[in-house]
Amino acid sequence: MTTNQEEIVHFDNVGLRYGTGREVLSDLSFTLYPGSFYFLTGASGAGKTSLLKLLYLAQRPSRGMIRMFGTDVITVPRGRLPGFRRRLGVVFQDFRLVPHLSAFDNVALPLRVAGVAEEELRGPVADMLDWVGLTDRSDARPATLSGGEQQRVAIARAVIGRPDMLVADEPTGNVDPDMAIKLLRLFEALNRLGTTVVVATHDLHLLKKVPESLIMRLDKGRLSDPTGALRYPPRRVAAAQ
Amino acid sequence: MKTPPVVTRAVARGFSGLAGRSGAQLLPQARLAGPMPWVIAIMVALMTVAACGGLALSNIARGTKAELAGGLTVQIVEAAPQARAAQARAAAAKLARWPGVAAVRPVPEEELNALIAPWLGEVAGDAEAIPVPALIDVRLDGRLTAERIRALRRMLAHVAPAARVDAQANWLQPVFSAIRSLQWLVLALILLLGLATSAAVWLAARTALGSNRETIEVVHHLGGTDSQIARIFQQSVAYDAALGGTAGLALGAAAVFLIAGRFAALESGMVAGGGLGWSDWLLIALIPVAGVVLAMLTARLTVLAALRRML
Ligand SMILES: Nc1ncnc2c1ncn2[C@@H]1O[C@H](COP(=O)(O)OP(=O)(O)OP(=O)(O)O)[C@@H](O)[C@H]1O
Ligand SMILES: [Mg+2]
Repeated sequence: MTTNQEEIVHFDNVGLRYGTGREVLSDLSFTLYPGSFYFLTGASGAGKTSLLKLLYLAQRPSRGMIRMFGTDVITVPRGRLPGFRRRLGVVFQDFRLVPHLSAFDNVALPLRVAGVAEEELRGPVADMLDWVGLTDRSDARPATLSGGEQQRVAIARAVIGRPDMLVADEPTGNVDPDMAIKLLRLFEALNRLGTTVVVATHDLHLLKKVPESLIMRLDKGRLSDPTGALRYPPRRVAAAQ
Repeated sequence: MKTPPVVTRAVARGFSGLAGRSGAQLLPQARLAGPMPWVIAIMVALMTVAACGGLALSNIARGTKAELAGGLTVQIVEAAPQARAAQARAAAAKLARWPGVAAVRPVPEEELNALIAPWLGEVAGDAEAIPVPALIDVRLDGRLTAERIRALRRMLAHVAPAARVDAQANWLQPVFSAIRSLQWLVLALILLLGLATSAAVWLAARTALGSNRETIEVVHHLGGTDSQIARIFQQSVAYDAALGGTAGLALGAAAVFLIAGRFAALESGMVAGGGLGWSDWLLIALIPVAGVVLAMLTARLTVLAALRRML
């Protein structure tokens, strides 16, 4: 199969079922392009988190083919997956902060995993905590942070390594509208640096805040394409309106 | 707008991270709280005592064997004192000229009396009352073979018909075989203790894995490799095992010194041969080292098996 240099992710006829249950995702075929900003919407239970799990390599599809960064990640040897994961930034719906590490150490974790020297990471991590407004909470354990503060730590951790693709599951679910806008600006800034961004949300107000974003909608496990986001070249939301 | 503060291309930096301090930080620092170091300490203490016992036994066996290797005892079992003395003299004279005999020493009568005094009471001066055989210690150069003993017996039959020839090592044959079975027992004990230790470590590693499952999953999702994650566990387990092993070695060695002191007080020639040399102590010091290696290996395999179940 020829590899499209311009794609970052390609799904071909992907289906997913958990165990022996019904298919929660069916017939997904789409391509994500580098440097684009995608919103993934859909009702609760539509399968947004499941699709993102496929994207951040936490779940194997039960059928179909997934190609990431030009490599078939279904058949790739397991030992090569960490290399792919390091090119991703993930904001989990349930944050998944390491409970006994401070906010600072949680944000520094991806850099430490990648072997960045302590003196090299201290400045950027402090700056990042400042960006998300948590400088004075940098020594706090996750349990002592509010839901919104935990979410901001999770976002800081996802973007600190400047990933090739950022996958965020309801990243603004626990913050006030002002902070939500601020976090979106962070994603946009990262997007302008070249990171492909995929944000799952059911907050439709958010969609309008990023004019150049593309929209993917999940409906009972099937993808619809109301704005032509998945066509190539993708049609911009603004142009569709 | 300000550019977000990101570390560029951190991902391209290779897979060596999370070693040392930053890796150890990942697990809660609940060291010594768990039973692991204590279990290992007890196991190592028991293994140390068993190994010391085994090594002392083999030293006794080796030392005694070497001492007795060329040794023969000639007894002149004759009731009449005059005939006994005459035969003993003739035998000693003949033995001294015999090829291959390194030393001949007729055991003086006072020495014999002193030897049997604890059992028979004072017999000196009343030699007729209880006839004590005359003894001649003979040392051959080279190995003692059945062939050489037979030749000696034939030769002695002419000059001292009452002579009985015994290889000294033969007396102790049952002792040697008892020591050998004790050594097997010690070896089996050490193996069983090692097995129990690795089972304990396996359980501890699984518990640690369970209580740190979320952390492991997060590191896994952030691109941590299996061996990176396993190394974190290995380090933590190795620390516990080293601590427990050192304490166990100290405890076991203290017990051994205490017991050794008691045996030394016996002043028995045979027990004195059971002293441990520096090479024995080196071997014993290897027990906690082996414990640490065993613990790390067990932890590593447990963690890798659990990780392999994740995508
Ligand atoms: N681990 C799992 N095992 C079995 N079923 C699952 C699992 N995870 C999700 N599901 C099911 O798959 C379907 C889709 O779930 P998913 O979490 O992807 O929805 P979602 O769109 O993210 O919903 P929400 O907006 O509430 O987060 C649901 O019916 C859910 O019950
Ligand atoms: Mg969800």
